[in-house]
Amino acid sequence: MTTLFLMQEATEAAGAAQPFDYWSMVFVFLLATFIGIGVIRRVSRLLHTPLMSITNAISAIAVVGSIIVTGSDYPPKIRLLGAIALFASMTNIVSGFLITDRMLKMFKTREGDHK
Amino acid sequence: MMGSLVQGTYVVSTALFVFSLHWMNDPKTARRAVFAGVAAMLLAVAATWIQPVVVHHGWIILAIIAGFIVGVPLSLVPLTAVPQRTALSHAFGGVAAGLVGTAEYYLWWERGAGHLTTFRMTAIIAEIILGFLTFTGSLMAAGKLQEVKWIPQRPVTYRGQNVTNIGLLVIAAVIGVWVILNPTTLLAARLFPVIIGLALVFGVLLIIPIGGADMPTVISILNSYAGLSAVAMGFVLDNKLLITAGALDGSSGLILSIIMCRAMNRSFTNVLFGAFGQVAQAKQLEPGKVYRPETIEGAAQVLEQANLVVIIPGYGMAVAQAQHKVRELYDQLKKRGITVKFAIHPVAGRMPGHMNVLLAEADIPYTDLVESSDINPDMPQCDVALVVGANDVVNPVARYDKTSPIYGMPIIDADKAKTVYAIKRSTRPGFAGIDNELYFSDRTWMLFGDAKAVIGDLVKQFSDTGGIH
Repeated sequence: MTTLFLMQEATEAAGAAQPFDYWSMVFVFLLATFIGIGVIRRVSRLLHTPLMSITNAISAIAVVGSIIVTGSDYPPKIRLLGAIALFASMTNIVSGFLITDRMLKMFKTREGDHK
Repeated sequence: MMGSLVQGTYVVSTALFVFSLHWMNDPKTARRAVFAGVAAMLLAVAATWIQPVVVHHGWIILAIIAGFIVGVPLSLVPLTAVPQRTALSHAFGGVAAGLVGTAEYYLWWERGAGHLTTFRMTAIIAEIILGFLTFTGSLMAAGKLQEVKWIPQRPVTYRGQNVTNIGLLVIAAVIGVWVILNPTTLLAARLFPVIIGLALVFGVLLIIPIGGADMPTVISILNSYAGLSAVAMGFVLDNKLLITAGALDGSSGLILSIIMCRAMNRSFTNVLFGAFGQVAQAKQLEPGKVYRPETIEGAAQVLEQANLVVIIPGYGMAVAQAQHKVRELYDQLKKRGITVKFAIHPVAGRMPGHMNVLLAEADIPYTDLVESSDINPDMPQCDVALVVGANDVVNPVARYDKTSPIYGMPIIDADKAKTVYAIKRSTRPGFAGIDNELYFSDRTWMLFGDAKAVIGDLVKQFSDTGGIH
């Protein structure tokens, strides 16, 4: 009985699901990687530590997935996993951007040049 | 309508992320990078939150507040602790991806098995394996860097280590493939946690054989994994913002890893599977070679006569927190019209760029921080090379001794300077357990003691004599 119900729901969900254009995602991934390599190669070697902390914060873009899982009308167990993920991502965003800024402030050309 | 608004915002956010990284190419524009990054992130969060599928807000707000409560103190750590903070945030990134992947799988398993296409299942499995192995691997790395007591600092190696590790990964992959092919079965739901468990264990085993000197490479690789797990999440959720931002992070980690590997003349596989630990039984001190100690007064006199002084910092400077004393010495020398440069090796310290940040913290202008390959041609004109807590990166053995584990590694040519002063805590060999040829050169004099104390004493000599002249 349950199996039947599940299967029925499964078919419905499959029917309702939008066409899943995964090739375009692969293209996006490939192109974004090339752009990333092109941009990052030019990053000043002086700034490799701040670079790593800012990319840390950027990779916390997982926050987007976490918000959807936490906020959707899902069972509480699932939403709890999302909330933990959201907490972890948020920590990275906050600490990543703050510490990057803190480090970058320190790079000066001359004495007393506090810009 | 709502969909277009959300996607449009994601496009703007993606562009801002690219600009953010672009502005990191120069310290002058770099602070703009942070603003662009923050703006991109705010847009992404807002655009996601306003979507109609998001109906519960309480937990979101709580989690965000908790993120601030933990995140703000984490951003205030001393700069010497930045490597472990970075490793810790890789762990957070990994666990976030792993948990979202787990949540999505069980959600669809229960509610809509039709979503569990082969493509999506592959992405989910990649996401959880990458996410959870990054989680434990990064925690281990952070523990090693923080020198947590129950995590061994020295590389741990044992027979069959690589076979065990690779075997474990293969088992996880095989189970993964089965789950991908039969995602809706009850057994798949039972096997899913097994894959998570294997990934967690694999993360630990991957880091156990890695020593401190390899940390810059390992941190970069983990950075890349954290990005790739976000990419996988994007594939799972059909979200292109996740894919682009994750790919930017992944390529950043990749490039940093390549730079680190080149700087050590090693390959990826060699770093991950060829533990530096085997180095421990490397050549011991040959008899007849002795250190020649120098007094602070003597060193100060020679430094005062110099035209060009090159300071070579290493992890020892970070450990001793000597960067501020180094800055005082820099000031004293500059006051006397002496040119002072810092020679920075890419793998000096425990993460890429570690030394630059510490010296910048001490207010040393970044224009005086020179990369090793740029300073080497000037080393023969250098009157004094002052080695502050660096070891392997100045070991001339790397140039000619094929049996040495650091053979082929590009080094800073400190031995070509007219006089070398090396500050060293004790007569024991460095982290890699290799004797440093430089210390026994006839141009080298040793200054034994804690880096901070030794440099402090040097500064005192200068400030005293400064009063007389």
